[in-house]
Amino acid sequence: MKRYWLFLFVVAPLFTVPSFVNGDAPEVKVGSKKFTESVILGELISQIAQSAGASAVHRRELGGTRILWNALLKGEIDAYPEYTGTISQEILAGEGISGEEEIRKALAAQGIRMSRPLGFNNTYIVGMKEAVAEKLLIRTISDLRRHPDLKIGFSNEFMDRGDGWPSLRDRYSLPHRDVRGMDHDLAYRGLERGDIQVIDLYSTDAEIQYYNLRGLADDLGHFPAYHAVILYRDDLQKKAPKVASALLKLEGRIPEKEMVKLNARVKLDRVPESRVASEFLEATLSVKTDVQAETGASRFLKHTREHLLLVAISLLGAIIVSIPLGILAAKVPQIGQIILGIVGIIQTIPSLALLVFMIPLLGIGGPPAILALFLYSLLPIVRNTYAGLHDIPMQIRESAEALGLPPAARLRLVELPMSARSILAGIKTAAVINVGTATLGALIGAGGYGQPILTGIRLDDVGLILQGAVPAAGLALLVQGLFELAERGLVSKGLRLKAE
Amino acid sequence: MELNYILELSGVSKTFGQTRAVQRMDLNVEAGQTTVLIGPSGCGKSTLLRLMIGLIRPDTGTIRFEGTELTPDNVLALRQRMGYVIQEGGLFPHLTGYDNVSLMAQYLGWDDNRIKARLAELTDLTHFPTDGLDRYPAQLSGGQQQRVSLMRALMLDPDVLLMDEPLGALDAMIRAGLQTDLREIFQTLGKTVVMVTHDIGEAGFFGDEILLLRDGQVVQKDTLETLVSSPAEAFVSDFINAQRSPLETLGGGES
Ligand SMILES: Nc1ncnc2c1ncn2[C@@H]1O[C@H](COP(=O)(O)OP(=O)(O)O)[C@@H](O)[C@H]1O
Ligand SMILES: [Mg+2]
Repeated sequence: MKRYWLFLFVVAPLFTVPSFVNGDAPEVKVGSKKFTESVILGELISQIAQSAGASAVHRRELGGTRILWNALLKGEIDAYPEYTGTISQEILAGEGISGEEEIRKALAAQGIRMSRPLGFNNTYIVGMKEAVAEKLLIRTISDLRRHPDLKIGFSNEFMDRGDGWPSLRDRYSLPHRDVRGMDHDLAYRGLERGDIQVIDLYSTDAEIQYYNLRGLADDLGHFPAYHAVILYRDDLQKKAPKVASALLKLEGRIPEKEMVKLNARVKLDRVPESRVASEFLEATLSVKTDVQAETGASRFLKHTREHLLLVAISLLGAIIVSIPLGILAAKVPQIGQIILGIVGIIQTIPSLALLVFMIPLLGIGGPPAILALFLYSLLPIVRNTYAGLHDIPMQIRESAEALGLPPAARLRLVELPMSARSILAGIKTAAVINVGTATLGALIGAGGYGQPILTGIRLDDVGLILQGAVPAAGLALLVQGLFELAERGLVSKGLRLKAE
Repeated sequence: MELNYILELSGVSKTFGQTRAVQRMDLNVEAGQTTVLIGPSGCGKSTLLRLMIGLIRPDTGTIRFEGTELTPDNVLALRQRMGYVIQEGGLFPHLTGYDNVSLMAQYLGWDDNRIKARLAELTDLTHFPTDGLDRYPAQLSGGQQQRVSLMRALMLDPDVLLMDEPLGALDAMIRAGLQTDLREIFQTLGKTVVMVTHDIGEAGFFGDEILLLRDGQVVQKDTLETLVSSPAEAFVSDFINAQRSPLETLGGGES
């Protein structure tokens, strides 16, 4: 009978993440946001750091300003590219700060240093298709007031930020009702198809020319300047002084035209960011860098390992915690309602929000993603354990009791084996949801199959999206198949007969 | 004289919400006898058995088993000296016949040989096909399932056997066969048996003594003959007459 009990201890294979740190070189961690320009700048910073003797790690394509800023404050990254407008309007929002020197002082108070501007001003602009704007005679943002029916698709970040849609609407008294938040890269496609007519974009976007867009003049001067700068931690100076001074070589070296070119190289010519960055460094700073292009296979293996690690640890943890919780819920009805209520509420939190909630607790990378996935996996297992135990017929429960078996033995020999199918089905559901949700982990730097999906969306590269989506779907199917096999081993034949 | 009583209930009541399932019951079960509990559905028969084996606690009164009062502390140990065949079988569907019967013995650490020897005795006694022990309950007929239930109850050689409508779910033919087998087994073992049935014929077939219950109280406690010849109240004859078979009525065989 022992084998029925085994399923509690099904130990998913554990994968260890090797960390390659070469010798005594200080490790410098660089972050970037999930848009191409930030990734290129992040790549520039990490390659310079590398050439200055550091062992540099680039955590690319993280979910947003808050995530990066908090990671920088906590020391999970040492540096990342940012824009002065974002710093004053968002990071230091409400402090009424403007002007480079004021910003620098406010940041210093939090242990963060800011480089001088790198050269370009990547401000927000509001844009339309040239042909549409021409037809409607729209040249300035004020002109939009005359066309309240236009459909607007703003990037999610723009919808929320201090200088974004709400204040733009107030400043210009814009009457538009149909305003949606969407991914920036999807917005371009919406514009092409005519689903929306107005989007926000950055003045250095490669797409401006590609899609033939018109930037509307900010006639009331709403948008602040967005000079690109490098933010880095005070202690980088101590930890790796050579790196800190090397980074500053980028100051003033990237004018707007150059940045548009770099963006276009990546987005339109499909050259990897690392190569674009390396070529730029060699041409402008005569810094030689050694870029090893990852092969497709090694990248796939890395994403697979990261993804499996996320799923395995979070699911295993959820199994270990949920089964006892389910048992408790079934045995003590008062506590049971509370437990089921709480895990039910967790499930209603949108997965992206849950991931972001974890960052203040655990920072970025694998651990917060694992915790979020763990929380998500609780409900199906707890509920199915509870239901499995709860549905055992009275006669069977009493027969076990009448034999004189003590409660723990009844649970082990009768009740859990009889619930095995239900519990296993709960674990299977949790695992399949988990494999899918883990793709969002890439947004907070956890890697996995979400990484190529994220990059693919950013670069509008369907092949890349499929490189993440197909293995993720395959893994979900594999997991499902494995659990069906496990059912044969773990659910008694006597119970399977009954169901047939 | 006390020793003659294996189970003694005094002043036992049990209420479920508004339902008074057992009311101030005094009942002594004599050793070596087969006592049958009978009465209309819902009169408290199953509740009485569940009280005796300590599955539920009485609201008032005491229950003694072999002179010891049942308490939450000793009930697990005392149950090992009682065998219980629950209404509707209650076999563990995830275990084979063998494991169903020997579950408790395995838990108590009996070695394999001892278990096998005991099972050989029991399959003999109950006329159960040995190869049926490898099957799961879902693969056994209704009659075979009841035999496994009976073997499970007898496994630890208990002092008393409590059976709740052991034949209730079986069709007439199988039932007749099993009735004969059961009575033979009771006679062979000479065990104390408390059996619940709602069938007066079955009660007469097994019972040394029959307790007729109504609304959680004993209406009359006698042999079948006495119940028929001198009913304590009209309810007794009504209950017996209601169960008279149509054939008997046709033949006009009764006064
Ligand atoms: N666990 C319970 N909860 C509520 N009512 C119960 C419970 N068990 C029995 N009863 C009620 O107590 C009465 C006696 O039940 P029972 O002993 O099962 O009768 P029977 O004589 O048919 O075996 C019935 O009215 C029944 O509905
Ligand atoms: Mg009953």
